[in-house]
Amino acid sequence: MSAETPSRRRERIDRGIKVRTAGLYALMSWRELSYLILPRLVLIVGLLGLPMMMPGMYWKRVISIVCIYALLAIVFDFLAHFVGLVSLGGAFFVGTGGYLSAILNIKLGLPPLLCVPGATLLGGALCTLLLLPCLPLRGVYFAIVTLMYPLLLARVIEALNILGGTDGIMGIDSFPSAWIEQYLVIVLVLVFLFGLRRLVNTDLGLVLRAVKDNDQAVRASAMNVTFYKALGVFIGASIGCLAGACLVHIYMWAGISTFALDFSVLPIAATVIGGSGTLVGPLLGCLILVPVSELLRDFGTLRIVFYSLILLGFTVFRSEGLMVFGQRKYHQFERWKSI
Amino acid sequence: MDILIYGTINSVTLALYALGFALVYGVSRLPNFAHGAIYVLSGFIAWSVINTLGLNHLLAIVITMVVTALIGSAIYLIFLIRVRGMAISEIIASYAIALAILEGLRWKGFKGMTYTLPVFIEGSTSIAGVSVDYQRLLVVGVGAALVAFLWVFTHHTRIGLALRGMAQDERAALMLGIDSDVMAVVAMGLGSMLAALAALMLLPLGNIVVESGYNVLILAIAVCIVGGIGSWAGAVMAAFLIGFAQILTVVYLGAHYQMVVALLAIILTLILKPSGLFGQQKELEERV
Repeated sequence: MSAETPSRRRERIDRGIKVRTAGLYALMSWRELSYLILPRLVLIVGLLGLPMMMPGMYWKRVISIVCIYALLAIVFDFLAHFVGLVSLGGAFFVGTGGYLSAILNIKLGLPPLLCVPGATLLGGALCTLLLLPCLPLRGVYFAIVTLMYPLLLARVIEALNILGGTDGIMGIDSFPSAWIEQYLVIVLVLVFLFGLRRLVNTDLGLVLRAVKDNDQAVRASAMNVTFYKALGVFIGASIGCLAGACLVHIYMWAGISTFALDFSVLPIAATVIGGSGTLVGPLLGCLILVPVSELLRDFGTLRIVFYSLILLGFTVFRSEGLMVFGQRKYHQFERWKSI
Repeated sequence: MDILIYGTINSVTLALYALGFALVYGVSRLPNFAHGAIYVLSGFIAWSVINTLGLNHLLAIVITMVVTALIGSAIYLIFLIRVRGMAISEIIASYAIALAILEGLRWKGFKGMTYTLPVFIEGSTSIAGVSVDYQRLLVVGVGAALVAFLWVFTHHTRIGLALRGMAQDERAALMLGIDSDVMAVVAMGLGSMLAALAALMLLPLGNIVVESGYNVLILAIAVCIVGGIGSWAGAVMAAFLIGFAQILTVVYLGAHYQMVVALLAIILTLILKPSGLFGQQKELEERV
């Protein structure tokens, strides 16, 4: 705290157009309409058009990877800021979904377009079941257990030599066409992004947010906190498993590396950079971080150091994130006021 | 007899891993995910002090412990103090620190057989027909001494009493003139020093590998959860419980299952008695 009192302060006021577009009045003019629609349209069209702008197969593949990480990052954001559970193990969801989809494909011979939804639901249920013991508790237990599962599962698969051991499961079918492979993940990201944004504003989302902010109030309303947490985890884990299943069918291989730390750390870093609690922010963070990490591929594990330093810096010093900053600039103007 | 002796050694090892974590969590409610990273880091500091500066072994131990304590306090002062009380940010920030340290060390090429610390005393003896090397006996001795020292420290010194006061009720401690920020820094420094001590005792038994950072963290957390987070007596008891369970699984089931024991212990504790064996103090706060 400085000794001298400042002579002026900054004041933030909502823009007129934001207030006008809050209700039905948004339909008044094209200007108001475009104020609302333009950002969403830029996102949708931009994401759908992105693969066409990419020069070669390699960068088209990078876009798919961006989308897979984006799904994980959206899950992290949803769980951390709307259900209040910090998941340090995105890799757990990816690994479970990936291996399940591989098993469905190889052992039962199902086509990929059936394997993916199957692995999503089965994986979501399995992850929820495995995480159930720590859901009735507050505090750090969920973070600890999600941190442990991917590390341990990778080691168990390695030690017992099950599910292909260190070689992994090979010969998994790819998606029927390159076009589906490219656009499936992009459409899924958009669907779940807007879906979750819708979900957190429904009654269910209200209860989930109440679980985060004041679980005693939820109990006092005769609702079972553990049930709602489990529901939130099921939604999150399903989307995470879906990402893992898509990844496995894109690479046509499922191995221990689906439990790698990258899948746990990068989504968290992307969320913190992009703006936590916005659900769009994580996607933005992935669009920035994943290409950078592809460029840094030569440095090996130094990439993880790079993410974790970014993560640390943003968490501690700039916890706001890009998207929150952007939204503020879009909706509000600032002026100096003397005091 | 094998099981008894090696079970005891393994249990003391686990207790050494866990005490630093338990101290930091108990005092400042900070789940220090960087604990394992600090453990590995102090191993490398000791290695460089011995091999590059060529100092005497005992001096190296003292230097390593002091340097690690300073690093721990610095981490707290620079980063973690800014996110104090924000549960999500605390977890993410300490996890990020852990990853930065561990993966940074891995990138620098600190892995493989070449990095080992010398043992203090060569040779081995036999107790009731089981051969045990002196280093392992020393581990048990140091572990017992450490527990005794910590008991005296927290019951009969001003700083120790202040730490205990903060662990029990932070606001009441503040009213009695205990500066909670200073105490949190002290706790983090002490916790790091305990991690360094554990590393110095245990690393001579094997190689210094980066992966052990994650193992140490997991085992420390397992011990703390089973014992009841924040309870020291509980942590020691839980270390013996998990330590013997691990040795028994190794003997009767195979070495692969050793890490699964820790996970099962956590899950069972969370299902049966979430506050841990001895954690009555915070029982109501943790449960929804």
